[in-house]
Amino acid sequence: MAELAPTVAPTPTMAKRMQNMFNRKEVLISTAVFIVFLIFWQWGPTWFGIPNYIIPPASDVYHEFIRMLGSDKLMYHTLYTAKGVLIGFFLGALLGMIIGYILGMSPTAEFVLSPYILALQIAPKVAFAPLFVMWFGFTSTPKILVAVLIVFFPIMVNVLGAIRTIDRDLINLVNSFKASRLQLFWKVEFRAAMPSLFSGLRIASTLAVIGIVVGEMVGGNEGLGYLLVWGSGSANTSMVFVSIIMLTLIGLVAYLAVIWAENKVLHYIPKRSSTGPQV
Amino acid sequence: MLEGKAMSKTRLEFRDVTKRFANKSQHSTEPFVTAVQHVDFAIKEGEVVSIIGPSGCGKSTLLNMGSGLDAPSEGQVFIDGQPVTGPSEHVAFMLQKDLLLPWRSIRENVELGLEIRGIAAEQRREKALDLLKKCHLGGFENHYPHQLSGGMRQRAAMARTLAVDPTVLLMDEPFSALDAQTKMVLQQDLARTLKEANKTALFITHDLVEAVALSDRVLVMSQRPGTIIQEFVIDLANRDDPMARRGDPGIAHYVPELMKLLHIGESGAKV
Ligand SMILES: Nc1ncnc2c1ncn2[C@@H]1O[C@H](COP(=O)(O)OP(=O)(O)OP(=O)(O)O)[C@@H](O)[C@H]1O
Ligand SMILES: [Mg+2]
Repeated sequence: MAELAPTVAPTPTMAKRMQNMFNRKEVLISTAVFIVFLIFWQWGPTWFGIPNYIIPPASDVYHEFIRMLGSDKLMYHTLYTAKGVLIGFFLGALLGMIIGYILGMSPTAEFVLSPYILALQIAPKVAFAPLFVMWFGFTSTPKILVAVLIVFFPIMVNVLGAIRTIDRDLINLVNSFKASRLQLFWKVEFRAAMPSLFSGLRIASTLAVIGIVVGEMVGGNEGLGYLLVWGSGSANTSMVFVSIIMLTLIGLVAYLAVIWAENKVLHYIPKRSSTGPQV
Repeated sequence: MLEGKAMSKTRLEFRDVTKRFANKSQHSTEPFVTAVQHVDFAIKEGEVVSIIGPSGCGKSTLLNMGSGLDAPSEGQVFIDGQPVTGPSEHVAFMLQKDLLLPWRSIRENVELGLEIRGIAAEQRREKALDLLKKCHLGGFENHYPHQLSGGMRQRAAMARTLAVDPTVLLMDEPFSALDAQTKMVLQQDLARTLKEANKTALFITHDLVEAVALSDRVLVMSQRPGTIIQEFVIDLANRDDPMARRGDPGIAHYVPELMKLLHIGESGAKV
């Protein structure tokens, strides 16, 4: 049914691009670019006379990666950080959603709480890390708390905004069927906020990594943040690079997981669906 | 449906209704805007009545009061002789916007009202599929709104409106966003459905021919504060066949009259 094709031009999302990667020509080009990048990383520093302790070549970083796997429990620290990111992201998102929905449904609550929310939103969340360490010691709690705090805002703001902008006529329609407050919430408000919620979750998935790593850098002897500080303190630039790469991978996995969920949940939105509607 | 003398029963009545809104304009010292004033009319069972009037004269305001979403400042609205205090299960409305929920399939959209009323899934489904077939959307039940054309979406909105079995339909320019051909097809279907099911309808439109083609009566409203300035009884056959009415020479009697009342064609006309 040709006339049923989405009228909105699809914007290439991550998922779309990953699909396209099976396209041979593009695979070829992107592999070539990656090889050029590695060559440049390996020999570039020498060409430009940059010492290894400023930018270690790719092979150094690779060897450091292997060394860290063996003697620095790299996998343990990576999983420790990943677990923190997961928990912080989940709790922060849940809290953001709950508060966002509540404030969205109650303008009074929003009015009363808005000064505090604004203040908290403006305050640099990572600055709370030392405070949380003072309160909870060198446990995983302060790290997760920083992540929760930093993840919370984009999600709350997005959910709140989405509920506020629901078409008044739509609410009237549902009310004309004598819907209860709960029905209005589950059948309209909850679902209508989904696209914005996912925009928030996408931002939050990368912010969660920041929250955790800052927490780890401030105190404790676990996680990639700890390895990062350790590597920096012992002038081991390769170790710092490995830690950053691992952190990036964690963030990437989190981001892609959100995109994947988004494509599942928001399948009805033409511009985001990667395979077209299943009909 | 009831027959015999029940036919003349009043379904919807506006009794001396006035509606004022708080004035939000900074440029005015008036505390209120009077949207409609002393509106008084009744619609009998099975009757289709259109309201036309200049933009901003309070037509949508009347409809909101009829559906119980807004209360009159003075006067009262009655459905089946009962004063309206909130949404009623006998009334359903349809707007220019289809208001289909994008995350629901067409069938699920049609089921919305039944679902809210707690009708069992199996019954809902049956009813929705049946109505979709009647509204010429058979085969599209599992599509999502974005996959349908504007006309098809408005058909789905119609099915959703009819799904709750309202006795009174309130329609606010339901076809005004559609192209001329689609509009005529949907008018035809609506007219037939209203006649067959003996529904009572209040129909708001800016299209004079549409008003005459679909209605038993046309009420003309003045500029704001809106009040009914004239009533036309459309004495034409084929209320269930607007296409035939369009070709009826008798229609030529009403349209110029309506145009004159609305000052269409004069300079400074506001429609
Ligand atoms: N909630 C509201 N608050 C304040 N003023 C309102 C409100 N709703 C409507 N009005 C005012 O009441 C008047 C009538 O509005 P209404 O929407 O009923 O007009 P209408 O006849 O439906 O116009 P149109 O033909 O353009 O749809 C307008 O002047 C409008 O500004
Ligand atoms: Mg209107």
